[in-house]
Amino acid sequence: MLTFTIRRLVISIPTLLFIALVIFLLLELSPGDPMANVPLTVPPEVKEQMRLALGLGEPVHIRFFKWIVQFFWIEPLNLIDHFLGTGFAEGKLRVISWQTRSPVMDIVVQRLPQTLWVVGLSYVVGVAIALPIGIYSAYRQYSLFDQAGTFVSMIGYSVPPFFSGVLVIVIFSVKLGWLPSIYDTTHVVDSWDSFVVQLQQMIMPVMVLALQTTAQISRFMRASMLDNLNQDYVRTARAKGMTERVVVLTHVLRNSMIPVVTVIALGVPGIFGGAIITEQVFKVNGIGQLLITAIQANDLPMVQTLTFIFAVLIVLFNLIADVLYGILDPRIRYD
Amino acid sequence: MTDNHATDPVIHNPVGPAQAAGKPRPPRNQWLDVWDQFRTHKGALAGAAFFIFIVLAVSIGPWLWTVDPTFIDIRARNQGPSLTHPFGTDQLGRDLLARMIKGGQTSVSVGLMAMALSVFLGTAVGVLAGYFRKLDGPLMRFTDLFLALPLLPLLLVILLLFRDVLRAAFGPEAGIFILVVGVIGITSWMQTARIVRGDVLAIKEREFVLAARSIGTPNRRMITRHILPNVLSPIMVSATLGIANAIITESALSFLGFGFPSDFPTWGRLLYDSTDYLQQFPERVMWPGLAISLTVLSVNYIGDGLRDALDPRIRGR
Amino acid sequence: MKLRTALWGAAAATALFPLSAHAAAHEGERGRDGEVKIIYWQAPSILNPYLSGGTKELEASSLVIEPLARYDTEGNLVPWLVDEVPTVENGGVSEDLTQITWKLKEGLKWSDGTPVTSEDVKFSWEYCTADGGGCAQSEKYGDVTSVETPDERTVVVTFGVPKPFPYGPFVGAQAPIIQKAQFQDCLGPKAPECTEANFNPVGTGPFKVTEFRPNDVITLEANENYRDPNKPAFATVTFKGGGDAAAAARSVLETGEYDYAWNLQLAPEVLTQMEAAGKGKNVSSFGTSVERIHINFTDPDPQWGERRSTADHPHPFLSDKNVRKALSMALDVQLLTEIGYGEFGRLTCNVLPAPEIYASTANDACKTQDIEGAKALLDEAGWTPGPDGIRQKDGVRLSILFQTSTNAVRQDYQALIKQWWNEIGVEVELRNIDASVFFGGDPGSPDTFQKFYADVEMYTNNFDGTDPEAYMASWTCDQAPRPETQWQGNNMMRYCSEEYDALVAEMAKTGELEERARLAKAMNDMLMQDYAILPLTHRGRNSAHANSLGGVQLNVWDSELWNIADWYRVKE
Repeated sequence: MLTFTIRRLVISIPTLLFIALVIFLLLELSPGDPMANVPLTVPPEVKEQMRLALGLGEPVHIRFFKWIVQFFWIEPLNLIDHFLGTGFAEGKLRVISWQTRSPVMDIVVQRLPQTLWVVGLSYVVGVAIALPIGIYSAYRQYSLFDQAGTFVSMIGYSVPPFFSGVLVIVIFSVKLGWLPSIYDTTHVVDSWDSFVVQLQQMIMPVMVLALQTTAQISRFMRASMLDNLNQDYVRTARAKGMTERVVVLTHVLRNSMIPVVTVIALGVPGIFGGAIITEQVFKVNGIGQLLITAIQANDLPMVQTLTFIFAVLIVLFNLIADVLYGILDPRIRYD
Repeated sequence: MTDNHATDPVIHNPVGPAQAAGKPRPPRNQWLDVWDQFRTHKGALAGAAFFIFIVLAVSIGPWLWTVDPTFIDIRARNQGPSLTHPFGTDQLGRDLLARMIKGGQTSVSVGLMAMALSVFLGTAVGVLAGYFRKLDGPLMRFTDLFLALPLLPLLLVILLLFRDVLRAAFGPEAGIFILVVGVIGITSWMQTARIVRGDVLAIKEREFVLAARSIGTPNRRMITRHILPNVLSPIMVSATLGIANAIITESALSFLGFGFPSDFPTWGRLLYDSTDYLQQFPERVMWPGLAISLTVLSVNYIGDGLRDALDPRIRGR
Repeated sequence: MKLRTALWGAAAATALFPLSAHAAAHEGERGRDGEVKIIYWQAPSILNPYLSGGTKELEASSLVIEPLARYDTEGNLVPWLVDEVPTVENGGVSEDLTQITWKLKEGLKWSDGTPVTSEDVKFSWEYCTADGGGCAQSEKYGDVTSVETPDERTVVVTFGVPKPFPYGPFVGAQAPIIQKAQFQDCLGPKAPECTEANFNPVGTGPFKVTEFRPNDVITLEANENYRDPNKPAFATVTFKGGGDAAAAARSVLETGEYDYAWNLQLAPEVLTQMEAAGKGKNVSSFGTSVERIHINFTDPDPQWGERRSTADHPHPFLSDKNVRKALSMALDVQLLTEIGYGEFGRLTCNVLPAPEIYASTANDACKTQDIEGAKALLDEAGWTPGPDGIRQKDGVRLSILFQTSTNAVRQDYQALIKQWWNEIGVEVELRNIDASVFFGGDPGSPDTFQKFYADVEMYTNNFDGTDPEAYMASWTCDQAPRPETQWQGNNMMRYCSEEYDALVAEMAKTGELEERARLAKAMNDMLMQDYAILPLTHRGRNSAHANSLGGVQLNVWDSELWNIADWYRVKE
């Protein structure tokens, strides 16, 4: 397993470079113009000057090379500078966003807290609810609990957040006035009261997002458990006189986790990617909102950097999932 | 009702149907068995019935309810349900029932086709990667690549490259339909592929697979007879969730201008457009919301029933 | 008699009382009213308007940095950092219209306490015109040959040509004064490296930045060196961005979480309903924005390859004036305006609807729909219905591809217009394109409004300030986007008329206001009567503010937040 992991990590490097190139070319090819948000009253000649100032006049391969250097060399140097107070990166140009004319990574760091609070927490909550629901629904298939779970999760999954988000805002913010409809990203938690405020502003986006996660994961959990509950080894385990608890939660669960681990691992990079629509609805302004505004403004360095970090996480978590397969089912061999 | 069996898996008989019946029976067609089992699943029957109802409603509906879904009667705008407009009218006075029917045609067909495409691609990639060790690396890295691509720029590029080609080849409507189905299909197969591969990796080390291999079963047969039936349930779940996804994604595509023209109703579009009017005219949101949810729910129950019916261990219980 | 006088007196007193109470309540020391919360559903990404032409950035930065003079709610120039606006009459503008002399107010200070001098003003010009800086507002400084600073408070701007309207440089939210000390190392290509300055400019405005989070939220506090010791009334400002217009409107009108929401383009009935919650009110004001349809005079047929939509190939049927006129007659602009904008839109038959002196009345026939007339006109012109009901002549079918940007109101307009045009026998296919592509100038994209690979297109345009010269010059022959210009240019219709070009040239030479107005009107009428542009709605800007927020005066000629120093909290 260790050699497998190391080999995969080594393969990841060319893979990621290739992905970076594909993303770059894709963004290059896609129609769109960083000047699209500039009002129509600004004359075309001025817009052309602005494009040149962004470096759009240079050929594609040079811009790609510049980005690679900035991302893989100058940004890490900056990080070292930041922690050790050294001056390696002084005077070197970092990855600069076209919209804000400031380093992309600074904004990403600024966006991380609210993204983790809301999207990350919702994922944890969603998974934590989904697993027991999935297990119990399968164990008591077609019971009232199972039926209700199916109903709620399917409705929850088919109602998109652009609607469910507005719905909860109308109910809890407008009609009842209990919760704020706008997330305050500058809020600092330093006391019990401020923690309550933080909870209040988080609860709606977290729940709306968790509903989607729960619906999806509990369905996969349930289906996979059902597959395994009928296997011969379950009968054997029971025949040996093991308790139901051990049979279900140790043997069946462990063997049912493979698809669930896949889904969960696929979802983790999504936390970093943020939740575009939900963030938009609740004005959380996390990384999802950053990405979508960057795409709309054709802020290529920003989009490229965000997507690439996202790609790194995808490759990493898919590797983690593969390692977990081997732990869950030792029969799985990769070489 | 099979409640007893279902709630207590301990006492079920895991042996095949013939033995369960306890006496010899003339050999039956496998699909008849499947149907027999499917019939006993009440949820699945109700789901199938509702789904057929939806399909009928959107396909023969336009003959029964002949109002033009794009006709604007500005004097009748923002009306509640009435005899002339059973579902009410929208902000331009278009009949909502007619729009729901017309929208259903698009949404249901896009949902099914895109789901089918994505499940097919996902299963194919997943099975190949899981089963053939040589293909695993390249196919999974390819999957990683697709997972990493930013969706919106990808759509813009696809649109740029293929819209005019498809329009010229199939005409505006069919061209856009193919484009939308294709776009949704090729951007949503990755999860299925990863899940299927994970399951296949585990299954191909099971005893029955080793047994089948030791008697020299060719790969093709191994996959279709032994591997695929055993990864069916996650595929079913993916398919169910995939329909919901496709219907919503389609609306997002059309909204952004990548899909159908703006006067072309679809359920997702109707839901999106009426969200602004949530407080004034709640019923307007309800119709598309219900239609999408119930369709997905019915497909889910059909999937559940099929899964049970196709599992020989459950069948005949 | 006595009683009546007493009653009158009482009535007068009650009528007067709130006013005087008001006056008393909103006078006082700086920062007395605590926090004001503003929401813009598009979030500002930088606070330097010279590096971003975007409206959201302009308005956010107007809290901090200010121009020498700006426009009031009526579109009149008012002195801001100067005591009076220079004119020819008061000697501030030279007789030959090539020089303008500004004199700064006495005792002006930056928010860091240092004095504002004429050097700073001169530097603002240098900053924007530096090579390689990509300044978004460089047009404001067009034709400026030099800026001189005879003394600490005097600035003399010299133009290379006579400027009948010399109020481009340093006027309006687009051309504010920035501090030389802060930006002097940020000239030209170095501009993007000055993140700290771009996010946190030192200004003369009523507020200064405490924290700037790009594309998210800005927190500001009152500027202790602001020139009026009693202003602003608010101690801090929270300027939140993001979300969508409906959510912004909801947070002001329904939940009362925010005090001011900007640019709420929503269906009028939605806004009215939200207002009924009683927490705030909608305000609107009209500038020069007109939602219009542009007609393509050239053929967008793909068979012409690179030369499609260029003057090489005239449009097969839209080059026929009768067809254009019929399309115009079939429109019910009154209904469109009512449905799309309600009280936030007005009828107009001009592409140049304001200011008052430029507004023509010669084209008012467009206000009434005439479907029958349109049919008759087409019949007469030889366009007769074919077997499928679509009119045709010599094998050319009246089939139109109608494109616009993605926007709920625009799609409603499209649906309505399609129905009317269908009624007169014209086939219409609708297409909507994401705004970031449609308004982008990417020459590689087929979907931009400049390329105009469609028969008609709809969007809104306007002009900055009150002088329409540059705006009216958009529709000369050489402004047509074409491959040779990398598809840049403002003349989307590819309209080309020598007579029109002559009027544009004449206006550039004319100084007298009345005469300029006559010329602008003549150009407008020419475009209208040629049915090159079909105006649909004169769009107002509408915003909403909480009932407890006083002093808001919506201004469409300048930043909406132009008078935030005068905003105050209404005491219950």
